[in-house]
Amino acid sequence: MEIPRHWRLKKQRYALIGEVCPYCDGKIFPPRDVCPHCGGEARNVYPFSGKGTVYSYTVMQDAPAGYESQAPYTVALVKLEEGPVVTAQLTDLGEQAVEIGMPVEMVTRKLREDGGAKGMLIYGYKFRPVGLGPH
Amino acid sequence: MGNENMHLLKTDRPVGVIGYGAYVPRYRLPAEETARVWAAKGGLPVKEKAVPGLDEDVITMSIEASRNALARAGIDPCELRAVWIGSESHPYAVKPSGTVVAEAIGASRHISAADFQFACKAGTEAIVSAMGMVGSGMGRYALAIGMDTAQGRPGDQLEYTAGAGGAAYILGPGEEALAVIEAAYSYVSDTPDFWRRQYQKYPEHGQRFTGEPAYFKHIDEAGRYILEASGLSAADFRYAVFHQPNAKFPQKAGKDLGFSDEQIKPGLLVPVIGNTYAGAAIIGLTAVLDIAQPGDRVLVVSFGSGAGSDAFILRVTDLIDERRAKAPSTQAYIARRTQIDYATYARYRGKLDLG
Ligand SMILES: [Zn+2]
Repeated sequence: MEIPRHWRLKKQRYALIGEVCPYCDGKIFPPRDVCPHCGGEARNVYPFSGKGTVYSYTVMQDAPAGYESQAPYTVALVKLEEGPVVTAQLTDLGEQAVEIGMPVEMVTRKLREDGGAKGMLIYGYKFRPVGLGPH
Repeated sequence: MGNENMHLLKTDRPVGVIGYGAYVPRYRLPAEETARVWAAKGGLPVKEKAVPGLDEDVITMSIEASRNALARAGIDPCELRAVWIGSESHPYAVKPSGTVVAEAIGASRHISAADFQFACKAGTEAIVSAMGMVGSGMGRYALAIGMDTAQGRPGDQLEYTAGAGGAAYILGPGEEALAVIEAAYSYVSDTPDFWRRQYQKYPEHGQRFTGEPAYFKHIDEAGRYILEASGLSAADFRYAVFHQPNAKFPQKAGKDLGFSDEQIKPGLLVPVIGNTYAGAAIIGLTAVLDIAQPGDRVLVVSFGSGAGSDAFILRVTDLIDERRAKAPSTQAYIARRTQIDYATYARYRGKLDLG
């Protein structure tokens, strides 16, 4: 099945759709034109598993505009199991403490409202602690 | 038999459930806590209800349930021809939730996407439509979702039960199904038991009107018709799932149709997650499919105020065993639980005026 490239790449924010390099097999996120590992031309779509671990994190007490209603919240650098590191908010923590190395999985959540109650809703990836079983 | 089954919704080809997925948010508000705030006395309709986090809505919850359904179905999302979502809490008044969900789960653009509303039966309404699409050959697979983040007016009886959650179903050819839909039937009347006007945040309900002439009447009519038209009785079923606005109603409706507690209990989730409205009956079915054995027959009857019921008879196939373990069980979502107090609930549900 032929899937236009531009259309898949637009999904990167909703579902961690990146690329795999056809020359060195490096996994690339976010998608870009040139492979950061070998300099080859990257173009093959690769859906990441969404599994990773917390590499580092910080608690945001003063949230930037558009995120105030969610503060305080935790932003983490997440090392994906395929290699790349992404910055994302952690969610569904409940009373759980965040720890370096904690296994997390990608979920798609509401990031913010673009322009208050009348504005567009922006959705994108966050990570939560694993623990529900198979995915 | 003549025309006694002429009103069953019959497809041209066999249709069934290829994959299913549930979603319940993490937070729980005990009914006792709501009663404490309003100094209410008397019995409570549920133990607790599920409450969505600040970053959750019908779109995000539908995405996760759909990913679970896709994992179980084992199909390429590009093979879906419809993404239909039933809810009374769609985040947008105008812009279908299905447009975002389809994009997020990797569906193609060669799809139909639509939002359904029919109070608590909007999800089964989407399933009936998906049956039509698959059963007529218009498309091989269709995704039908029932999901809600329902709200009751603070202090209203509905506030104890109005929960969050739901389920996603991928319908496809009967020969690929983990449960074949043997029969379906829809029953509708003009009954003013519950409604919400445009631009109103909370629904209105005709107090005493929600029981006999609404819930029980429609569930009974739909349940009785599908059983009689199919030549079956309660004894032919392993499980039965009914719309569950509280713990009492579905148990009484089931008894009236001849079902026992053992048949009803596995799909009765309202005591621990609340009434998930468009998701209520069909998330109950996910809990049943999580434990059902090949050959088991399941009756599902939804109810939506306004009012109407959709009834389905499903027969579980051998494919259930290999597919159910491919996504988290409904009980795993229920067990993932963080209790919150009323103040946190008020914040999460946007009941605080931030000025
Ligand atoms: Zn490379």
